[in-house]
Amino acid sequence: MSADLVANVVISGVLTGLVYGLMALGLSVIFGVVRVVNFAHGEMMTIAMYAAVVLFAALRLYPFLAILPVAAAFFAFGYVMQAGLINPFITRPEHSQFMLLVAVAIIMVNGLLLAFGPDAKNVQTEYQLESFALGPLLFDKGRVYAAGAALAATAALFAFFRFTLTGKAIRACADNYLGAKVVGLNVKHLYALTFGLGSACVAVAGCAMSVLLEVTPQLGPAYTLLAFVIVIVGGLGSLGGALVGGVLIGVSEAMAGLFITPSAKSMFSFGLLILVLLFRPQGLLGRKA
Amino acid sequence: MNRRAATLLAVLGVVLAALPAFAGNYLLSVATLILYLAFAGQAWNVMMGFAGQLSLGHSLYVGVAAYVAGGMFFHYGLGPWAGLWLAMLVCVLMGAAIGFLAFRFGISGVYFALLTIAFAEFTRIGFDHLGWTGGPGGMFLKVAQRDQIDLANFRGPPAMYYYAMLALAAGAFALCAWLLRSRAGYYWQAIRENEEAAQALGINTFRWKMIAVMISSAMTAVAGVFFAFYYNNLFPEQIFHISRSIEIILGPIIGGVGTLFGPILGAAVLTVLADGITELLAAFGWEIPGIKQVFYGIVLLSVIMFLPNGIWPFMAKKLRL
Repeated sequence: MSADLVANVVISGVLTGLVYGLMALGLSVIFGVVRVVNFAHGEMMTIAMYAAVVLFAALRLYPFLAILPVAAAFFAFGYVMQAGLINPFITRPEHSQFMLLVAVAIIMVNGLLLAFGPDAKNVQTEYQLESFALGPLLFDKGRVYAAGAALAATAALFAFFRFTLTGKAIRACADNYLGAKVVGLNVKHLYALTFGLGSACVAVAGCAMSVLLEVTPQLGPAYTLLAFVIVIVGGLGSLGGALVGGVLIGVSEAMAGLFITPSAKSMFSFGLLILVLLFRPQGLLGRKA
Repeated sequence: MNRRAATLLAVLGVVLAALPAFAGNYLLSVATLILYLAFAGQAWNVMMGFAGQLSLGHSLYVGVAAYVAGGMFFHYGLGPWAGLWLAMLVCVLMGAAIGFLAFRFGISGVYFALLTIAFAEFTRIGFDHLGWTGGPGGMFLKVAQRDQIDLANFRGPPAMYYYAMLALAAGAFALCAWLLRSRAGYYWQAIRENEEAAQALGINTFRWKMIAVMISSAMTAVAGVFFAFYYNNLFPEQIFHISRSIEIILGPIIGGVGTLFGPILGAAVLTVLADGITELLAAFGWEIPGIKQVFYGIVLLSVIMFLPNGIWPFMAKKLRL
């Protein structure tokens, strides 16, 4: 096996991993602040992928342009979902929250099945088969753009949390729920904003992913699990951790596909998850609770 | 339990015992499925409802037990009565290993739930690559002779499976009723409500949580062996799938977590609901893939929103039981 081949597989793993990372970032942000595990996360991802496919088929809107309307729609959707559905469940036990989101996920997967059928759908653009060459190394154009979009969205989210007043308020909610309430923050509104932001992350990741993969409704549950693996490995609630976890999983999946067998690739991820949970439950970049 | 409840339970018992006399094969298969889910739900309830440890990976025990007992039968002709013990042993060891690792490292809540999913998924993919079990192509047990009863190999008509499951569900109910009133039950409830307080009172929380996991995994193993010999074909993709875990969990949550009747009522409501929706949609000619599950999801959503403690506590209050 040549070194070039391995290098190219690593590159494609890193680029895909960044998109995974952005998806997981949405989950991490939601859990870090609202303390609810979004069991419908992967299903939301597939909805975003379908949105990109539909916009492309109907309006010839390229997936990377579709990011803007889809992310805006997802933000609104996430806000409404948190405000209407999840906020009343904040104080309920975990299994109750789990049930709620599983029910939402069931409706989403099967709603997609109802609307689009079980067959795979995809977007076909000119740049999907092209690549940038750097010596013997090849960078798929689609993957490079997707990774670029993921990085840009992550940077925007970082900036939002770091430099805006609302971002600071959300971080205050995450640090101390009661304290945030005492100083007069509208916690429910901030929770809804957070869920909206997390959903927007998923929207960007979904549009980017639609360029790399065909979408079927059944992809949803698999992505939910993948997002869990990534955030736990990186550290639940840690923004940088989600990205690192995504890249780590992306590369390890690509390597497992090359060296072992593609069907065993997620076994590798779950093995990693088990090890991290046992020996460093706060995740690679997470802080100790 | 007051007299009204005892009477109701007696009536239910008589109706269930007499069911095969007047029910057709379809109705019997629905009833068997309900009892299977009630039994598995009861097993899950020991861990979550009693001891407060949320497992989202019970498909692990169903699948491993089904494959152990099924594999022994398939390869060596070993009947399920011997395979059952082996399956239970393997599952208890796995449950103990997972519990030991998780509780030793202080993993709880969401993290524990995700760990259980991880183990189930890890095993699912592992079985996909295991030659002994047929890998992704599945394992097929010899189909039952429907007209004669072969108890040694657990082969027979639908009524035999029904009675076996009825006995198991009744046994699980009795076991859980006894556990809940035993010392262990009180320790578990103390741990569920406040682990630190329980520890401060001198309860060895690690030990009692381990016992809950082991009892729960042993009971689920029995469900898995039944699954193998009832359905006769096993695919890792199906039996270890997270939807199988969710299927087990939904009953107790919908019925009422931590209650004795919750898992039974929840299993009955959900199964009748799923079949009812199928029939109704067929009657209207709306047989589009996915539509059934969408309705199902909407009903789940409504129940969890409006009856957060489950149907049983609400019903028990209304019926003054």
